[in-house]
Amino acid sequence: MSRPSTFERRAFLKASAALGGGLLIAIHMPSRAAASASAANFAPNAFLRLASSGKITVMINKAEMGQGVATSLSMLVAEEFDADWKDVGFEFAPVDAAYNHPGMPMQFTGGSMSVMAMSEPLKKAGAMGRAMIVTAAAERWNVPPEECATSESVVTHARTGKRATYGELASAAALLTPPAEPKLKDPATYKLLGKSTRRLDTPDKVTGKAIFSIDVSRPGMLTALVAHPPVFGGKAKKWNEAAALAIPGVRKVFAIPSGIAVVAERFWAAKRGRDVLAVEWDDGENAGISSERLHKQYRELSRTTGLVARKDGDAPAAIASAAKTISADYELPYLAHAPMEPLNCVVDLRKDACEIWVGSQFQTIDRATAAGHAGLAPEQVDLHTTFMGGGFGRRANPASDYIAEAVEIAKQAGGCIKLIWTRDDDMRGGYYRPLWHSRLAATLGANGLPEAWTHTIVGQSILAGTAFEAFFVKDGIDETSTEGAADLPYSIPNVQVDLHTTKVGVPTLWWRSVGHSHTAFVVESFLDELAHEAKLDPMELRRKLLADKPRHLGALETAWKAASKHPLAPGRARGVAVHFSFNSYVAHVIEASMQNGRPRVHRAVCAIDCGRVVNPDTVVAQLEGAVGFALTAALYGQITLENGRVQQSNFHDYRMLRIHEMPEVEVRIVESQEPSTGVGEPGVPTVAPALCNALFQLTGKRVRSLPIRPEDLKA
Amino acid sequence: MSVDLEVNGKHISLLVDPSTPLLWVLREELGLTGTKFGCGAAQCGACTVHVDGVAVRSCVLPASSVAGKRITTIEGLASEVANPLVRAWIEKDVPQCGYCQCGQIMSAAVLLAERTDPSDEEIDACMAGNVCRCATYVRIRSAIHHAAALKRGGK
Repeated sequence: MSRPSTFERRAFLKASAALGGGLLIAIHMPSRAAASASAANFAPNAFLRLASSGKITVMINKAEMGQGVATSLSMLVAEEFDADWKDVGFEFAPVDAAYNHPGMPMQFTGGSMSVMAMSEPLKKAGAMGRAMIVTAAAERWNVPPEECATSESVVTHARTGKRATYGELASAAALLTPPAEPKLKDPATYKLLGKSTRRLDTPDKVTGKAIFSIDVSRPGMLTALVAHPPVFGGKAKKWNEAAALAIPGVRKVFAIPSGIAVVAERFWAAKRGRDVLAVEWDDGENAGISSERLHKQYRELSRTTGLVARKDGDAPAAIASAAKTISADYELPYLAHAPMEPLNCVVDLRKDACEIWVGSQFQTIDRATAAGHAGLAPEQVDLHTTFMGGGFGRRANPASDYIAEAVEIAKQAGGCIKLIWTRDDDMRGGYYRPLWHSRLAATLGANGLPEAWTHTIVGQSILAGTAFEAFFVKDGIDETSTEGAADLPYSIPNVQVDLHTTKVGVPTLWWRSVGHSHTAFVVESFLDELAHEAKLDPMELRRKLLADKPRHLGALETAWKAASKHPLAPGRARGVAVHFSFNSYVAHVIEASMQNGRPRVHRAVCAIDCGRVVNPDTVVAQLEGAVGFALTAALYGQITLENGRVQQSNFHDYRMLRIHEMPEVEVRIVESQEPSTGVGEPGVPTVAPALCNALFQLTGKRVRSLPIRPEDLKA
Repeated sequence: MSVDLEVNGKHISLLVDPSTPLLWVLREELGLTGTKFGCGAAQCGACTVHVDGVAVRSCVLPASSVAGKRITTIEGLASEVANPLVRAWIEKDVPQCGYCQCGQIMSAAVLLAERTDPSDEEIDACMAGNVCRCATYVRIRSAIHHAAALKRGGK
């Protein structure tokens, strides 16, 4: 399945080195006029557009996959522009260097970094526009600009009583030179930032008007489905082209590098055509892969020390010489992202140009990869970013798998095609959260506090072999494998964390919260084990070991206090977990019970310290959703392989949490004046350990592998 | 074969393969893309529409089986002036990615047609067939209560 990306790695590294990893405030016009430029009378920089009608458009350089970024980024511009929020709308930016992620030579959305990275550039973009509008007014009225005031898209001059709307000033402002360093507001005067603001995209999303790439239709467009090999890397040997072509509406059937494509006038014909292909596959070298065997192999490997990612003191020696040690193995499965909108992509390929409509988190890489497959230069490819029906990392693939596949089909089909993956294709298409094994050991001192802690992690690297390897793989250690474990926050004198990186023919990828999706579960569960071993209250042990970690403690105490306000009903227990990820601090207190032998989650109380908040209601929404997303994985999530074949295919065997299983969620945002940090992902990691810690209190059984198996909780 | 349908109040006659699921007729022939493809197996509810007032999964319903029936999609429902569900969904800012939400609203509409003040249990029972991967369930529940109140208040 995986193909090398045509993304130019050398250029990527060179450009990144030149930037020194620092923040680049990219406030300049894109090299090609952005889509909306013609409709705007005033476009002072890449992000802000103002029409004479007064309509303000913020160009969004990040993917809107539900995390509310189109609204929060618009708020950042609108605040400093002093815009009337009712005038503000947004458009997804084209692919252009002006829209790159600050400090990186590409446009992408990930790592919960959008608000974190874009705050300063977007505030500057807004302030620049405001300064120019004010100058235009001052020149018109022949008054000093310092005497002019702005509010809700209107400039006023008190002494003369003059007044002009932004729209009226747009054309005059467009003739001015943008100031290099516009003055930013004092945060104490913010009118919009920090206040819950309704999302700009909601009305279109509840009336069926929002366009996802699967909704795009072009003249003459055909629909393509692909029969993929049942084993990763398999190749088609034989297939019944004639049978597929006999289905009315099927136009073409042909082999592409990733399988057999069926191109038809409509989806249903393509589906029927694919159903009768009867492909015979050469399974190749991955036909022996089995999850069960991987778990066994990983367990054996975890008995040896891997590459050391963290070493404080001498934990192995302390454990070897201790009278008593506590040890445990934790196992986690592959997980599929399963976004509600199955992967799809529209490609219109002509001789010297290519247009693509896709929900992409990785525009620059996807465009370069598409161009490589099309035999064009990246500049000849127009990639339109649409809304995306969920991403969770799946639409940020360094291999651009489904986009490359769509271009390969367009090359042979000629013209415009829409590639649609069915749910089965999506579920079995790989790029999973890796399968993990963790082996932990610890010793306790006379006071019950841990003296030594060792943690051996075994699993695949997400980034080895991709353009990101140079950034995140250091001395053989993929940081995304050990994040959340190597930076163990607890005060323990002897700590060792090490990593075995395995090679398995199952493509893996970042999945909402990446490495933290496994490390927080393991670390926070094992710490709970140590608390029970020492007969210490789990909250008390965390307080003692986090004495010098005020922001961890702040989140933890905030969540605990809020949770404690609800009297605990008989038969229920509370579990707690705290974790730092994406520069934010999150704690969960989960209240659960056992009902008919199955875990039932009643309430999740969550506290987050994510610095200054742009849109509080979005933070609340992301944390509410994170509870459901994480519970889905904890209770049901697993992709398993047997004979190289993925066993799950749709929502009946890769279950999603449903409304009747959703607990009440209470979110507390810790007051902070620190810089804004991540929100989309950090709500996920602590849910599973907090739940399992509650289940231990209820059943005395320690959950050491996910998903939770009710039979393991029986007395 | 030719299939006659009534979609959002309009009579339509189409030449389609009779086994084509209604979902694809709506999306590809009529351009009504608010009805979504999620699973193709009646597992997720993203494709929910009303056939003669009943919420159905259009991804598994052959076009031939709905000939002559009255079909309402999100585009039809949302065009009703100030539909309380659409309003409530906006006021509670329910959607995240938004892909499943039209299906959620179509399922909720049937509940509100039958119950003026649905309980949490009734909401769960009616909405359990609709998956939201972003897990906006807390707000879906609150929006349904809110829509019911708007409707009762005649607002």
